[in-house]
Amino acid sequence: MAFFELQGVEKHFGPVRAITGIDLAVEKGEFVVFVGPSGCGKSTLLRMIAGLETIDVGRFQLDGRDITRMPSAKRDLAMVFQSYALYPHMSVFDNMSFALKLAGVGLDTIRQKVERAAQILNLGPYLQRTPRELSGGQRQRVAIGRAIVRAPKVFLFDEPLSNLDAALRGQTRVEIHNLHRQLGATTIYVTHDQVEAMTLADRVVVLRDGAVEQVGAPLALYDQPANQFVAQFIGQPSMNILPAGALPVLSALCGGRLPRDGALGVRPEGVRIVPAGLGQVQATVSLVEALGADTLIYVDAAGTSLVARQSERTTLRRGDAVGIELNPAVLHLFNHDGRVVTA
Amino acid sequence: MHPRWMLALRTVAAWFFTLLLFFPLGWLALTAFKTELQAIEVPPHWLFTPTLENFVEVQRRSDVLLFAQNSLITSVVSTVLGLMIAAPAAYSMAFFRTRHTRDLLMWMLSTKMMPAVGALVPVYVLAQTAGLLDSLTALIIVFTLSNLPIMVWMLYSSLRDIPGEILEAARMDGATLWTECRHVVMPLALGGLASTGLLCLVLSWNEAFWSLNLSSARSGTLATMIASYSSPEGLFWAKLSAASLVAIAPIVAFGWFSQKQLVQGLTFGAVK
Amino acid sequence: MHKTLTPTPLPLMREKEQAADAGPRSVRLLPRILLAPAVLSLLVWMLVPLVMTIYFSLVRYNLMQPGEREFIGLDNIAYFVSDPDFGPAVAHTLQLLCAVIAITVVGGVALALLVNDPFPGRGIVRVLLISPFFVMPTANALLWKHMMMNPIYGVLAQVWQWFGATPVDWLTDHPLFSVIVMVSWQWLPFACLIFITSLQSLDREQLEAARMDGANALQRFRYLTLPHLGRSIAVVVMIEMIFLLSVFAEIFTTTGGGPGNESTNVAFLIFKQALMNFDVGVASAGALFAVVLANIAAAFLIRLIGKNLDK
Repeated sequence: MAFFELQGVEKHFGPVRAITGIDLAVEKGEFVVFVGPSGCGKSTLLRMIAGLETIDVGRFQLDGRDITRMPSAKRDLAMVFQSYALYPHMSVFDNMSFALKLAGVGLDTIRQKVERAAQILNLGPYLQRTPRELSGGQRQRVAIGRAIVRAPKVFLFDEPLSNLDAALRGQTRVEIHNLHRQLGATTIYVTHDQVEAMTLADRVVVLRDGAVEQVGAPLALYDQPANQFVAQFIGQPSMNILPAGALPVLSALCGGRLPRDGALGVRPEGVRIVPAGLGQVQATVSLVEALGADTLIYVDAAGTSLVARQSERTTLRRGDAVGIELNPAVLHLFNHDGRVVTA
Repeated sequence: MHPRWMLALRTVAAWFFTLLLFFPLGWLALTAFKTELQAIEVPPHWLFTPTLENFVEVQRRSDVLLFAQNSLITSVVSTVLGLMIAAPAAYSMAFFRTRHTRDLLMWMLSTKMMPAVGALVPVYVLAQTAGLLDSLTALIIVFTLSNLPIMVWMLYSSLRDIPGEILEAARMDGATLWTECRHVVMPLALGGLASTGLLCLVLSWNEAFWSLNLSSARSGTLATMIASYSSPEGLFWAKLSAASLVAIAPIVAFGWFSQKQLVQGLTFGAVK
Repeated sequence: MHKTLTPTPLPLMREKEQAADAGPRSVRLLPRILLAPAVLSLLVWMLVPLVMTIYFSLVRYNLMQPGEREFIGLDNIAYFVSDPDFGPAVAHTLQLLCAVIAITVVGGVALALLVNDPFPGRGIVRVLLISPFFVMPTANALLWKHMMMNPIYGVLAQVWQWFGATPVDWLTDHPLFSVIVMVSWQWLPFACLIFITSLQSLDREQLEAARMDGANALQRFRYLTLPHLGRSIAVVVMIEMIFLLSVFAEIFTTTGGGPGNESTNVAFLIFKQALMNFDVGVASAGALFAVVLANIAAAFLIRLIGKNLDK
């Protein structure tokens, strides 16, 4: 029995099945990220774990106990909300010590724990301030501190970085990563940003329309997506998807394994731009994005579009004729229903 | 960009119309400190030595203090009573919402929309039968019931303004319903409670319909006392002004502070 | 009515949680207990007078002869409606309503526009502007009756004289108009405050975009500001309709409904029947009439509020 286990968990809103039959086992100390497009149910699932939404079907076991019906207050979980949900009328210290106070912990112990958490999060000088006097980043750290102080069984994060500006987001991401290494706490983290998923997770759960598409380590998902949805969701820019009939010459590369109504997938870094006349297919450049470290070249070939990624700079411009070469080792083959072709 | 002369024009126009609108009140305030002879002077004096003789005389003649006391008692008690009834109801509707909550709220508001005159006869007859005519009790009951819908509505609004996630955070922190209420909801709802109370205080103090019809010498409020100056004998303008000033000054001051709540409460939130 | 509107999903699902909880039935009982005092009080406040009014309107009941209670069916209503004062009362009620609403809406919008944008002393202006609304109706009435409208010593009389005209005896010659002035003076600040609040939510960027599109001030007002105000104008009209139906204190304190019946409205007529003629039966019939009138206005207002509650 895993430390944390969801068995056949479902959520119904009237006739609508928002969450359908989810099974998930999480080990102690794992950092699991729920990721998916808007409306896929990741936040709902998190709230069901937290106890803020009911689990209509299925079971939820934590540390050997069935807590499917237990109220949030008793589950020993801590949640960091997207809007931080700090108590506006309490100081930072009171915010962080509220749960301990309710549990009847002694004042000295409380002070000790809060100060230790404040130290980890660099909140020491702000303990007597109210949330109104703090910046967004500071408030977020208080929200995290509030969770740390309780030393709960599982940490739940609900899109904690979405309200931060880009620079702060990157910085805080690294901080969360370090925090996890330091504390080793089991964490469930929800985000729509696949970069956060790739960088923070031990394992990623990709969700769509209330169901799990794939679970695995970030790079495993990147290299071996189970279906077209995961293939296109993970990785930026998205994987190039070419319907089988679009560029027949490319399909031949797969040695006839590609179904006639299927699709071929290749990541931008698997597409090489070669001089016109060379390569497998001829194309025209439609757009060049020079990002500095990478260059993205968008091309049109026989009615299909592709993106190529290379680390060298280019002098190509819109309208130039080029050739495309695909690396056969990194091709993904998909059935008509999106699932990967098993060799 | 607006040219400066437009700003000047607007300023002048705004001040002009405002002073025009405010003039009667201002004139009242001035007259309260004049002697009766000065009060009826034609043309009037703008400069004069203020005197307090009117206030003294009004107290002597019509016992302003009794009426003021009645106004105070009826306003305060009805407001407190109303809050005690309205607060739990608002809490229930805000945090234990059901399918019917909205309909219930609408129904409550609709009871406020019925003209007072529609209930005049039954209430009068009931008060008479119960021996409550000219009593503070009758006024308090009627004031409380009249303002109850507004109180429920305003408290409900201010409770709904509390972000739901904060309450969820409290639950995650281990709070029971009571702890959540005591440590999170109440501190955050205090502002709304105060402003609701203030508004209802103002409404009860100014209430004239029931006061005029249900009360007399014993339980009369300031509103009825003023009405008695309708056609007394002799010179009385300065005294009327003094009496009126006493009656309206505190409430006008309160009203200034409760502007926003006024909009919320009296439009039933239909205007944001 | 409002039942056709769908409720919005809520962040707090307490009642659903409690259904799933091992929690006892007492937890579901709690909300009902909390609601009980308010619901019961208002139920009593609404039903008891209504039932009594209906009963009284069907009997002959005079407060001077409390023993006699004879069932006379619709006679009271017939009597109320055939009272020679009835027609004028209804007419005056409608005149009062229309005049005050027109004055307060037009004046309110104008003033609100004037003070919406900053200018020196705006804070004080706003405070002065809303003051008349907080004056109690009786003080309001007498303020105007004696200080302003008295044909010899009143301020208006003196202004008239200053222009060389004969002062007008407002309350005698134009009683209804005088009442209209008093009530408008009181409610203008209210309307103004509502419109100021509404104007503050008008998107500035929208106005700037219109200006760049070449719209002048009048066009911006007509196509952007006025529609935005439309909703609050509707609210003001309806609120005033509901509260102005019951104008009473001003009439009671100044004209007493007269001279004759020239400033009597429906509310005062009912009062006259009840507490001057002591004819409870007829007064109750009249009250029913007033309630029906108010219900119509309220129905519209409820629909408007209901829509807003869903936001």
